Amino acid sequence: MQLYGLADCNNFYCSCERVFRPDLREAPVVVLSNNDGCIIARSEESKRLGLKMGTPYYQVRHLLETHHVTVFSSNYTLYGSLSGRVMSLLSRYTPQLEPYSIDEAFLDFSDMGDAAFLKAYGERMAADVRRSVGIPISVGIAPTRTLAKVASKYAKRYAGYRGCCLMDTDDKRRKALSSFDVGDVWGIGRHLAETLAGHDIRLAADLADKDEAWVSRHFNVNVVRTWKELNGISCISPDDSPEKKSICTSRSFADEGVTDLHLLEEYTARFATRCADKLRGQASCCSGITVFAYTSRFRTEQPGHVIHQSTVLPVATNATAEIVGHVLRMLRAGFRTSARYAYKKAGVVLWNICPQNAVQQDLFDVVDRQKQTALQRAVDHINRRNGPDKVHVAVRGFSSDTGARCDRRSPHYTTDVNELPVAFAR
Amino acid sequence: MDELRLTFHRATAGQPLPLPLSDESVQAGFPSPASDYFAADLDLNDLLIRHKEATFYVRIAGDSMTDAGILDGDLAIVDKAATASDGDFVIACINGEFTIKQFRLAPGGEKGRLVAWNNRYPSIEVCAYDDFRIWGVVTHVIHPLKKRKPHERG
Repeated sequence: MQLYGLADCNNFYCSCERVFRPDLREAPVVVLSNNDGCIIARSEESKRLGLKMGTPYYQVRHLLETHHVTVFSSNYTLYGSLSGRVMSLLSRYTPQLEPYSIDEAFLDFSDMGDAAFLKAYGERMAADVRRSVGIPISVGIAPTRTLAKVASKYAKRYAGYRGCCLMDTDDKRRKALSSFDVGDVWGIGRHLAETLAGHDIRLAADLADKDEAWVSRHFNVNVVRTWKELNGISCISPDDSPEKKSICTSRSFADEGVTDLHLLEEYTARFATRCADKLRGQASCCSGITVFAYTSRFRTEQPGHVIHQSTVLPVATNATAEIVGHVLRMLRAGFRTSARYAYKKAGVVLWNICPQNAVQQDLFDVVDRQKQTALQRAVDHINRRNGPDKVHVAVRGFSSDTGARCDRRSPHYTTDVNELPVAFAR
Repeated sequence: MDELRLTFHRATAGQPLPLPLSDESVQAGFPSPASDYFAADLDLNDLLIRHKEATFYVRIAGDSMTDAGILDGDLAIVDKAATASDGDFVIACINGEFTIKQFRLAPGGEKGRLVAWNNRYPSIEVCAYDDFRIWGVVTHVIHPLKKRKPHERG
């Protein structure tokens, strides 16, 4: 039976901060965006205080102090490092891992065992990540990726699931969808949810129960695909994700995989180029970039290796050259030459996506954005006239040193020898 | 006293470490007879780290563990996935601060102590149900013997 898992890290940025601050285990925590602009992550306790995503810091400063909320500047170096550890662990549980964002990944669980086995397997995976890295995750398992996402939300909402919700029967599926807001379904944004409400569709079950002809008459092909997925027919992969929150391009390598760094560079540069094309195609920019490549580690004791590197740019971009530059830099930093690993899958994920006309400027920006936009426009123009990739990026380095404000940033606990956690012997 | 015997291995750590592995894939001619004698050099990462994703480095500050040979400024290798057994050295979180102690489990398995290895510091009694947390188990401590110049202190 075809089954997908979704592993989602709970309140990821806050959970990362808590790994090294166990004293904040049950305390309200928030993480602020670059330059301490607004709230981008909240612990459950902070959500209960009514704090909302995207609220400017200065507006709630007083409230945060009154309730003794611990406030962190974003520490993307730390989040990227812990994300890599989580993904590396997850890759041991599946023959096919599909990282989807810094804190989410799909896993292929097809034909692995019966319901009792899978439920225990998912619980064990969640417990392993929790114990090894210190990050709580929620796992959903279902016949489609969209349903796996629904299931993972249930796993997060109810502690009784012990970190894993298995939605393998029609009965469970109907029950879950009939108390799930349609607006929370993968790929149905707020805007679409309002339109659906106009047709009296408020719950996921309301949409699933319509017939296909009705859906395709009223909505575009993406909604039809979501409808299919809600009814258990798998037709969406992360590479054509219906959600605009992240853009992925990846592929698996046949036979013994890719061992050569230069070849891997070529592939990932191509993935990055495709992602950047998609990004500009939807008039967006991104500030989060992840590159990954991993060897097969499923059911084998062979030493394997996972490259999973992420970065966050001070200024969002959609320029191919810039994105490719970061991807290659990260790939090289993660590549091991001490042993000859055969990478079976690689890919690029762009996240922290925003409309290109809403990009926040940075006082310390080191890139001439006007020139960069003009250059990209010229390249796109040539490629449109002469065929794709007529002009493309060779290789370039890039520096992203800035003087951004981050007064409340926690140490780079795992990546800087001068910022290690300290254990007091007293 | 027995004669002191030491065995020497070549040690390497981290990367990059270029190795002549590609020799074997050369298409022309016979494989080099030397390839039969090839073995990768030992890597400290393999020797010191069991759970890669669960391993963290922690800096020690203070002198409460000196009698156990764990000194101020040492680097502890900590396995977060390992279960603490009686006698293990652990990183615990007490009063919002990380501390290193030896974990001693009383018979019965419900009560325990976090023991300092320096007479001047008292042990801490803990109950299995107490609000104390073992964050990880210390598997190795790296203690530099060669004096560093002041500006090299990390």
